[in-house]
This record gives sequence, structure tokens and C-alpha cells, in this order.
Amino acid sequence: MLALDPLLTGDVGWWPEVAIVVIKVVLAFVALLVAVMAMIWFERKIHADMTNRIGPNLAGPFGIFQTLADGIKFFFKEDLMPRRADPLVFRLAPYLSLIPAFITFVVIPLGGRFDGDRQGVIKLPGFHKETLLQVADPHVGILLVLAMSSIAVYGVMLAGWSSGSKYPLLGGVRATAQMISYEAGLGLAVLAVLLRTGSLSTNAIVAHQSGWNWNLWMTLFVPFVVFLIAITAEMNRPPFDLVEAEQELIGGFHTEYSSIRFALFFLSEFMNVVTMSAIIVTLFFGGPDGPSFGPDWLRALLPTVWFLAKLIVFLFLFVSFRATLPRLRYDQLMDLGWKAMIPLALGWFLLLVTVRIAADNDWNPFATVAVIVAGFAAGGLMLRKAIRTSAARRAAEEVAI
Amino acid sequence: MLAVAIVERVVWAVAALVVLGGALGVIASENAVHAALSLVATLFGVALMFVLQEAYFLAAIQVIVYGGAIVILFLFVIMLLGVDRFEMLWGRERHAWRRPLAVLSAAVIATLACVGMLATTATPTGAPSVTGKVGGPGDDIMAIGRSLFTDHVWAFEITGVLLTVAVVGAVVLARKPQRAPIDLDEFPLPEPEPDVLDDLDDPGAESAEPGDAADPEPEEEAEEVTSA
Repeated sequence: MLALDPLLTGDVGWWPEVAIVVIKVVLAFVALLVAVMAMIWFERKIHADMTNRIGPNLAGPFGIFQTLADGIKFFFKEDLMPRRADPLVFRLAPYLSLIPAFITFVVIPLGGRFDGDRQGVIKLPGFHKETLLQVADPHVGILLVLAMSSIAVYGVMLAGWSSGSKYPLLGGVRATAQMISYEAGLGLAVLAVLLRTGSLSTNAIVAHQSGWNWNLWMTLFVPFVVFLIAITAEMNRPPFDLVEAEQELIGGFHTEYSSIRFALFFLSEFMNVVTMSAIIVTLFFGGPDGPSFGPDWLRALLPTVWFLAKLIVFLFLFVSFRATLPRLRYDQLMDLGWKAMIPLALGWFLLLVTVRIAADNDWNPFATVAVIVAGFAAGGLMLRKAIRTSAARRAAEEVAI
Repeated sequence: MLAVAIVERVVWAVAALVVLGGALGVIASENAVHAALSLVATLFGVALMFVLQEAYFLAAIQVIVYGGAIVILFLFVIMLLGVDRFEMLWGRERHAWRRPLAVLSAAVIATLACVGMLATTATPTGAPSVTGKVGGPGDDIMAIGRSLFTDHVWAFEITGVLLTVAVVGAVVLARKPQRAPIDLDEFPLPEPEPDVLDDLDDPGAESAEPGDAADPEPEEEAEEVTSA
């Protein structure tokens, strides 16, 4: 059915092919859960250091079992539901925000050698089979990520609505507007990567970057910056956490949630941080690409080490965002999304297209650069003029009243 | 190939159940939000069917566009307009001709669906069938892209322009210039109700009332005490 993995070509039987797939799914699930628990501890510890506190330090060495203790506590707390809540949707919402975070993880290549013509294929010892170090590699890989991030809106939105309470509803409405707005910038930033790779599959994207051809500099940094900002807004992480702005909305969409349902929302938030950091590494930082040396077993292991190292850098970055950046105002958030991110990402995409066509047709590089700069200047000035004109008109309208 | 066939059957059965269950939920739910959520389930089931047909791109687009954007907007409207309370669906039928017409259209749609299903060859009429596989080299994404940007490039671009025009038009229509506040000399506020005025302005009535109003309460309390 799906020729997505060298494992599933040719004859496919229950043993060992389907069994291997099931084992991969379970392993990825467990790895993600462990990573999320570690991430929660990491965030609390780093955030505490940055704000001059100690953080969790009692449960286990360095408080590393704090997440486990919190989980057990959440399970035994009373589960409350407001009388005006919609019982079905109220119970459904936490899972709707958790599942997309899980599904995104399946397309991330976690290791495997991409140097030469290897395409990340590894040999499974004892089975005489080959497979990829990712749960699935669908043709539409990166579209699956975008689809899941647009599905994640449901969890927050329905949690806000089904609580039958004012603040959660406001939080849910804010979340929906914010996530839909930033999806456009997100998609346009991904387009730059897709233009270079010519494929939607995450495996192909990583393979195309092997040997230090990372998309970070191959797309000239800007798509990465746009993607990073848009993904932070998609995840409702600080400085874009207006959805749960405690000064205005108490807890936002999860105000009425308690016990393990509340914990599920937090689990999904941290899971999103882990999976989206992994997506950033995959799209812009070569995934498991890095220097390779030593004997064969080390060469097979190193890609996973590089991947984890890059992942931790981004996890730290998201924690430091939270500790250092003040929250945006709602109109600033919308201005940034619609008037800065989208035009910039779109303009950059056109720039990359022009560069590529120029390279294909052997155009004069100086003339090309001059035309690009002129085009960017003209576009930027027109955009600025349009924004100023509309602001001036609005001001005049208010004065007239 | 046995394992693959069984997995395909199971996925198909699950997808069919989700599609039919969701469709039933859409028409049977009394709550508009539940109906919209059932619609999402149906759309997801259809996306699964697309995956089974190896139309991966369609499946992804189905989820992104319908699941992630259109139904979200439905829900947005339902929530903002506050029509999310239960509505009476079982009222008196206003038009007697509706029922036979519904049966007729259902029969027509069922017939068309059967024709579509039975015409399984790639070219039943000579032209490539809508149920057949997309032709051309490469996977389905490449084939769709090539078709959109070569044979159908005008239709594609004009649709894009149409959508842009629609968005701009919607913004223009929605942003009405705010009217000046109502002139109070031209439209004076309605006179307050006379009996309200009586209550406020007549001190005699007010002084007389508290006694009348207050009297029953101690009695009630006394009764409660005695009964307790």
C-alpha cells in the first residue's frame, strides 16, 4: 500500500515487517513521553535559574522526578466540571490538543546516516531488513505537520467554548484567531525549504541537506526566523501566550480545567515544544547531519547524537523566550503576523525563486541582485505606504466622529 | 501481501464507520457545535479514504483546508453569534412538497454514487475518469502540480484572483464607516414609564411599602424555626 519505507517494499508479512512497524511506533511513543517529562523538568529548572529561584530540587537528584510526582498528584486530585459546561466536548478537548502533537512526531527522522547516497536507511541487525529511523515517511511529510498544527486549534478552541464560562471563551477565541493568522506565515516559510528540496517528504528534506548544505543558510536565514516566530505563536508559547494571559483571562482556555485534564493540556504544550523543535532541526538544521568519524558503530550512532544536541539548543531557546521576553499586546500580535511575517515570507519566497531562475538561465548575477534589491525596496515602501494610509484614514474617521 | 490486504480492509472499515457516524451526527445533533464536530469526523474519514486510494496530497489538503480552516470558521461563527444553544428541530413541516423532493434527490445522488463506483476503469468514457489515478510520471503531488500549472494554469490563476477579490470585498463591506452618535435633540430618549416614576418620586408610597413587604418575612422565619 504505502511505499514509504524500504521495510515495506516487496513482500510484507506479519513477521517481521508489521511487527517492526508496531515496535517502532511504541518506541517513538515512549521516547516522546520520556523527552516531554525531561523537558518539563528542564524548563522548570532553567526558568528558575533565569529568575533567580531554585526550582524543583526535592524529588530525586536535582528534582528530576518532579514531573512524575506532579503526574501522580494530578491523577488523584478531584476532577471538577462547571455546571454549564458541555460534558462531551469538555472531556474531549484535552485529547484533541494532545493527539496532533503525537502525530507530528512520526515524520521526524531521528537518526541514520545521510552521507553519500544512504538516504538515512539503516540495517536492522538480526532481521536482514532495512528501515528508516522515523516512524513513517509519507510523501506529504511536511503537509502532515501543517495539517496537525491546524488541527491543534480544535483542542484550545473547544476547551474554551465547552467550559461554559466567559474567560475561557475569550481565551479560546483569541487562540483561534492567533493560530489561524500565524499558519499563513508558517506555510510560506516552509515553502522556501520545499522550493530548495523539491519534495515534501521529511526524509528527502534531510537527505538534501547532508554535507553541511543546511537550509538555514541555503535559504538565507529569513525563512528560519519567520518559521521560529510563527511556530512560537502556533504553540501559544511566550511571548505569544495571550491565550492564557493570567492578568486578563485568569488561565484562559484552561481556567475551568482541573486534575488530569488540566495536566493533559500542559503535557500537550510541552510535547508541542519538543516536536516543533525537532521540526525546526529537520527543516533548517540538517536533522541528524553533522561531522562523522570513528568506527562504523560510532558513525551509525553519531547522527542521533547530533540530532539530540540540536534539539536541546532549541528547547533551551524556547525556555529562554519564556524567561526573558514580555508578552505582546493583542494588536501587536496581529500586526506582527499579518503586516510583517506574511509579506516578509512571501517576498523572500519570490527572492529565492528569482535567484534560482537566474542561476538556471545564467543571468548576470549583479543585475539579478540589483533587480531583487530594487523589488524589495519598492515592495517594502508600498507596504509601508499602505499601512500608513490606512492608519491615517482610521484616525481621520475617529476625529470626524 | 496478505498482511497489507488485511490492514487495508481494517483501515477501510474504520474510515467508513467514521464517515457514516459523522454524517449521522451532523444531521441528528441538536447542538450546532456537536454537528460541526461530527462534520470534522466525516472529513477525517474521507481523508483516510483518500490515503487508501494513494491520493496522499488530497488527504493532506482535505485535513488542512476543510478540517483546519473551514470548520474552524464554522465553529467561530457559531460561538460568536451564540447560536450554540439547543434548537427545535422537530417542528411542524411548513412545506408538504419538501419530503418527496428530499427522497427524490437522495435517490438521484445514490444513483450517481453507484455509477461512480461501478465505473472503476480509468477511462470509462474515453476521457480519464475522476475516480482513476492521476496520470503522468512521479508521485501524485508532482502529477497534480504539473496538471495545475500547465493544462489548467488559467483556471488556477483566475480562481486565485477571484478569491483575492472576494477577500478584499468582504473587508470593504465589513468595514463600514462608523456613524456619528445619535443626536439627542433629533431623537429624544423615550419617556420613562409612568409607574416607575411613581415609585421613585412618591415618598409616601415608599414609606408605606417597607412595612407591608417586610411583614411576611419574620413570619416565615418563625414558621421555619417552629417546624425545625
